[in-house]
Amino acid sequence: MLILKRLKQFNTFNYVILAGVLVLASFANMPVAAEDLDQKGYDVAARNDRSDRGFNNSRVELEMVLKNASGAESRRVLEQSTLELPDESVGDKNLIVFFSPADIEGTALLSYAKILDPDDQWLYLPALKRVKRISSKNKSGPFVGSEFAFEDITGQELEKYEYTWLREEACGELTCDVVERRPLYKDSGYTRQIGWVDQTDYQARKLEYYDRKGSLLKTQLFEDYKLYDDKYWRAHVWRMKNHQTGKSTDLFFKDYEFNVGLSDGDFVRGALSRQR
Amino acid sequence: MKKLQKILLSMRILIRVLAVLFLFKLPVVLAQSFDYSGQVALEVRGFPEESLWPGQVEGAQFSSFLEPEFRWRNADRDSLLKFTPFIRVDAADDKRTHFDIREANWRKIAGDWEFLVGATRIFWGVTESRHLVNIINQIDYVEDIDEEDFLGQPMVQIGRQSDFGRFDIFLMTGFRERTFPGRDGRIRTPLPVKTGDAVYGNSTEQWHPDVALRYSHFFGDFDLGLHVFRGINREPSFVLSSDNQSFTPHYTLITQAGIDLQFTRDAWLWKFEGIVREGQGDTFAAVVAGLEYTFFQVAESDIDLGLIVEGLYDGRDKLNFNNIRDKQIFPSIFDKDIFLGARLALNDVQDSSVLVGFITDIEDGPATLRVEAERRLGEDLKIELIGQAFFEEAPKNPASFFMQDSFVTLRLSKFF
Repeated sequence: MLILKRLKQFNTFNYVILAGVLVLASFANMPVAAEDLDQKGYDVAARNDRSDRGFNNSRVELEMVLKNASGAESRRVLEQSTLELPDESVGDKNLIVFFSPADIEGTALLSYAKILDPDDQWLYLPALKRVKRISSKNKSGPFVGSEFAFEDITGQELEKYEYTWLREEACGELTCDVVERRPLYKDSGYTRQIGWVDQTDYQARKLEYYDRKGSLLKTQLFEDYKLYDDKYWRAHVWRMKNHQTGKSTDLFFKDYEFNVGLSDGDFVRGALSRQR
Repeated sequence: MKKLQKILLSMRILIRVLAVLFLFKLPVVLAQSFDYSGQVALEVRGFPEESLWPGQVEGAQFSSFLEPEFRWRNADRDSLLKFTPFIRVDAADDKRTHFDIREANWRKIAGDWEFLVGATRIFWGVTESRHLVNIINQIDYVEDIDEEDFLGQPMVQIGRQSDFGRFDIFLMTGFRERTFPGRDGRIRTPLPVKTGDAVYGNSTEQWHPDVALRYSHFFGDFDLGLHVFRGINREPSFVLSSDNQSFTPHYTLITQAGIDLQFTRDAWLWKFEGIVREGQGDTFAAVVAGLEYTFFQVAESDIDLGLIVEGLYDGRDKLNFNNIRDKQIFPSIFDKDIFLGARLALNDVQDSSVLVGFITDIEDGPATLRVEAERRLGEDLKIELIGQAFFEEAPKNPASFFMQDSFVTLRLSKFF
């Protein structure tokens, strides 16, 4: 992979060799070159990402159910508002407000997702009525004690990763492209992730997370998809299982609301104190 | 005791009325939404050392508080009502038994404009050891000495969000006097402060119209706030009362300008707060500046460890013990100090955390050490442990008033 990337910058002589290899490869009915697999992986991810373009803004309430290895449960209820920015070179704006547990009721997290730079994040603490700009270096840390890391929740932007298409296989009743993606941004807790994206609706069905040592850490399932406005698919159940600790976190989404009239002015630090 | 009965009676009536109004705790996403939440707490504060001043409570001080919050908002979420009463009942100190309306306001959002009418609390600061720039609200000092509890301030606030940042104007009247422990209370001045009988440096007294302007915005990694305030000083000076048994608080008009700034990069937070104040003795400046660095996921665990260092300077007139009888005194613990702190967040399901802070005076030596630890129990209970030690090596420092008042508070809260 890396070698090919470097080759790309070399002179045309290398391309001639490469082309030769490719021709030979195709004659031998061998798998296509790694570069093409990368492009194919990117295309699958891009098709998935763009199937979602144009929703403008949305709001959804969800319940988070945390289970430890012995099955004891703990719950959080929160509301997530998202503002889509038309420019693909900047990420979406995101606002999460907690309704429960009761002691953190009203706590709000505002994020401006970036592509490769660290996100901008502000945390609102209702007990003090204080807004804190916080470091977003903590990408791999647990989000409110759950099995979701910050990076799993905020900004699934296309350009945050590089991709390689792996294979095609059945996923339930559908057929999926299996694509590996590797984070390009700093401070990720993952070396790679493997995603299953179906070929019918172009939606993610499963995602495996591999830790910094390269071992399988977590598996996330996306279930209960519903179609809104004949256009936008949303999974209403996310299941995250940590294989190394035996803990799990499930997210249960209520119905999404689209075009609820949110604008830039609702995603500023000054708006955090009026969410509840 | 009469005061307590009165408060309790009015609270009871209030709660009944509200219970009828908010019969059900309805979920969101109706045409409009009524909702309530709140906290009720039991608390014991233990003082291992004998008191320094006559009349003070010894041993354990039991206390309890209730803070419900009632909310309404319309379907468009651009019109919001909030009502948050607060009541504390203290077994030992009748001045700590008190009632306040933390929030009672109507908020209207119209595009980039925001209007608020009523009582609310406003927090501006960025530093941890001291909150210098918070000038809008009076401190509810009987709650805790960390200056993080505020009395609701009646106001009209007009805010405007623009591409260049947010502009706010605060028009306030109905000044709130700072609360202070009574004769029975610990952590007080040698003589108790006689509240409710304050002397003002202006003819309209607490009805003086106070004004504040605020600008805030972020520029990349910088978050900037600027403010100007003209009105009644939230910090009183003390004058010996005519009966020689107490201090009378004096409130003068001041003009203050201030800045708060934070630079956030990687795991670093660089912080600065500064004010210049005219009208409280000689014009003076005060500054808190420092940094916070966080080690995330220490040793591959989920634990975050933050280290904080802040320097404090306060240039106000020095307290002079020999002249207490003649002179007004301006207590400041933070004239030239260093704050060292550590914040441990376990990031577990119970949100357990520990915060340790140590302040030492560059000239007078150690002043105080504070530890705060908290953990959720189950879904809606929380246990908090707060301990603070005062060191006596600082005879010139106002903190020496409290040198026998090291305490440990254990608080159990139920949230609903």
